[in-house]
Amino acid sequence: MIQTFPRGGVHPAEDKFAAGSPIKTLKVPETVVIPLSQHIGAPAEPVVKKGDEVKTGQVIAKSKGFVSTNIHSSVTGTVRKIDSELDSSGYKRAAVVIDTGEDNWAEGIDTGKTINKDITAGADEIIRKTLDAGIVGLGGATFPSHIKLSLPKGKKADVLIINGVECEPCLTSDHRLMLERGDELMVGIQLLMKALNVTRAFIGIENNKPDAIAHLIKLSVNYEGITVKPLRIKYPQGAEKQLIKALINREVPSGGLPVDVGTVVHNVGTAVAVYEAVQKNKPLIERIVTVTGREMKEPSNFLVRIGTPVRTLIDAAGGLPDNTGKVVNGGPMMGKALNSLDVPVTKGTSGIVIIPSAEASRKPVVNCVRCAKCVTVCPMGLEPYLLMPAAEFGKWDLAEEESILDCMECGSCSYICPSGRPLLDYIRLGKSTVSKIIRSRKQ
Amino acid sequence: MDKLITVSPSPHVYGDDNVKKLMYGVIYALIPAFLVSVYFFGIGTLIVTAISVVSCVGFEYLIQKYLMKTEPSVSDGSAAVTGVLLAMNLPTNMPWWIIVIGALVAIGVGKMSFGGLGNNPFNPALVGRVFLFISFPVQMTSWPGPIVSRLQYTDAATGATPLAVIKEGLAAGVPMSRLVEQIPGYLDLFIGHLHGSMGEISALALLAGGIYMLSRKIITWHIPVSIFLTVFLFTGILWLINPYDNADPVFHLITGGLVLGAVYMATDYATSPMTPKGMWIFGIGIGVITVAIRVYGAYPEGISFAILIMNSFVPLINKYVKPKRFGEEVKNG
Repeated sequence: MIQTFPRGGVHPAEDKFAAGSPIKTLKVPETVVIPLSQHIGAPAEPVVKKGDEVKTGQVIAKSKGFVSTNIHSSVTGTVRKIDSELDSSGYKRAAVVIDTGEDNWAEGIDTGKTINKDITAGADEIIRKTLDAGIVGLGGATFPSHIKLSLPKGKKADVLIINGVECEPCLTSDHRLMLERGDELMVGIQLLMKALNVTRAFIGIENNKPDAIAHLIKLSVNYEGITVKPLRIKYPQGAEKQLIKALINREVPSGGLPVDVGTVVHNVGTAVAVYEAVQKNKPLIERIVTVTGREMKEPSNFLVRIGTPVRTLIDAAGGLPDNTGKVVNGGPMMGKALNSLDVPVTKGTSGIVIIPSAEASRKPVVNCVRCAKCVTVCPMGLEPYLLMPAAEFGKWDLAEEESILDCMECGSCSYICPSGRPLLDYIRLGKSTVSKIIRSRKQ
Repeated sequence: MDKLITVSPSPHVYGDDNVKKLMYGVIYALIPAFLVSVYFFGIGTLIVTAISVVSCVGFEYLIQKYLMKTEPSVSDGSAAVTGVLLAMNLPTNMPWWIIVIGALVAIGVGKMSFGGLGNNPFNPALVGRVFLFISFPVQMTSWPGPIVSRLQYTDAATGATPLAVIKEGLAAGVPMSRLVEQIPGYLDLFIGHLHGSMGEISALALLAGGIYMLSRKIITWHIPVSIFLTVFLFTGILWLINPYDNADPVFHLITGGLVLGAVYMATDYATSPMTPKGMWIFGIGIGVITVAIRVYGAYPEGISFAILIMNSFVPLINKYVKPKRFGEEVKNG
């Protein structure tokens, strides 16, 4: 029996339209908008000013504070301005705008195609280069990766988990990456293992990607300690805690971190980025983005420079269909709807999903019939039917008591609800208010 | 912006189910039992069902429109489900005006007075049934005979249900071995060839509908299975102790309203617990109370009362029986 996580989960239509499209490199756009906040934590602090000439891969903003990371220019050109620009959050936030010239890479970056498998860097160097290269979790969470590699004092990991699950419908960027950049992924995993001082790594992949599973199993023979583990399809298996449970049957305690159960989870894209940073000296200035949707002419996977407008990607995939109703940054279950197509691709953009207008609006809301489906599908063992009214009517004590903060916003409850109730909307409201209350209590 | 696009929080895709589909699913599941009843009881089945469904839907519409002054939502099918289930609980010779009163109590008192869909603590169809059972005991306990009364409605020849035969027989001191001769064989009991309400006669047809509801994930198995197991074990123990004064467990499973109650009435969403563990407590409670009433109580059948009594425990069960939170109690392998 192939493994999966035991509690909850849903099976949305997979819709992996772009699974068969090889990664295409998109040409460098004329202008890039590089937001200073592309990661969880403090925005980076700019180190360039208007009019500066920058090269591809040059640092343009430095990590500020513990939870933060560096940001690099993804192009060669001139800084037009540092200003507030609309980004995928829907708000205007600080960004560096660069007009592009001829593509010249900064010194010391190896842009050659040869795969460098010799690992010479030690753990400290790997962690430092991960920070220098501005690497964040590329699965979409964008948590700075060097922090996850520097284990807190007294904590020890014995196994590394690599997330190749890609449980979100539509997205195929990780799938293509595993197929086309398998060796780089394997070296990247070895680097992560070295940084964490662990001898075992598991790559979890859902079995709707048999070609990727077979390819990586073949490769893994040459790399010590790496095991490929196929997983039964179920959303949200790519969620950190669910993946750990599915692969090694350990349960991260409520409010805890994976390292509390001796493991660290990194996305496959992150592992490849670490490979490039350590072995090639190449910072994180481009990523693979799936552009897809039921009505799209050419669902594609692009290798894109950070800062490229979303509109450019959509045009390259055959243009925006006339009946478009919604454009989602990320997957359809957890992605954010964009309010403009002119926002840039950032480190966390795993996909752009175009949803037809017929599917863009929600079901009409009717009374809760207490069918218990939300309780059945909640992978965290929560009771969404109880949390929603708690948040709706401001019963914050009840919401806290019922573990509202354990919710990871996977959306399974809203997905399954036959009454079309906006469960997750209210739970989000409840989470933010309850967190504020808890913070104020501590002061 | 060249084109307006929708911006809303995730998720951006939704499952196919809606309340209407679930409610109509219950109605589809009851079609086999309905057809069996048409076969055995003929026009009575058609008349009783039609009156019950039309009055339930009609009362809900009128109450929503003129009393609650909200947009009527009868198209969601929940009132129709109550109508069909109420009909399933009645003898097929029931006079029309009693059915209308039952529908008014079921929908008006049982459902709408609490705020309608999803807010009622008690199963509305059972509220209607029990009200009629107490108010019109004679009409509610005279059951038309199968096949012979196909073309008759209120003038059908009537008899007692197997459970009533046993109950009265045992009370009069007749041994079980003699009583068995007075009731239909187990195969007849299973397919529905007996005196009884239109919905309770055929365990076979009811179970077929139950399997359909399970396959469509309209219900889960926990409540029916816990009720069946409890009834089987409880009556089995009594039968082993004293086979002379007790019917065997198989008889208890396939007679009376047990299958109808366990599969269709106890699984009613609003009036059953939210977690599997809670459903087990609920189901075991229903099983124990049903057998207690059947064996020790005044009535031959107790499933309706059992479900209503356990309905009242549901808020308490939901409050204290929680799903196991992820990461709540750490055990690492």
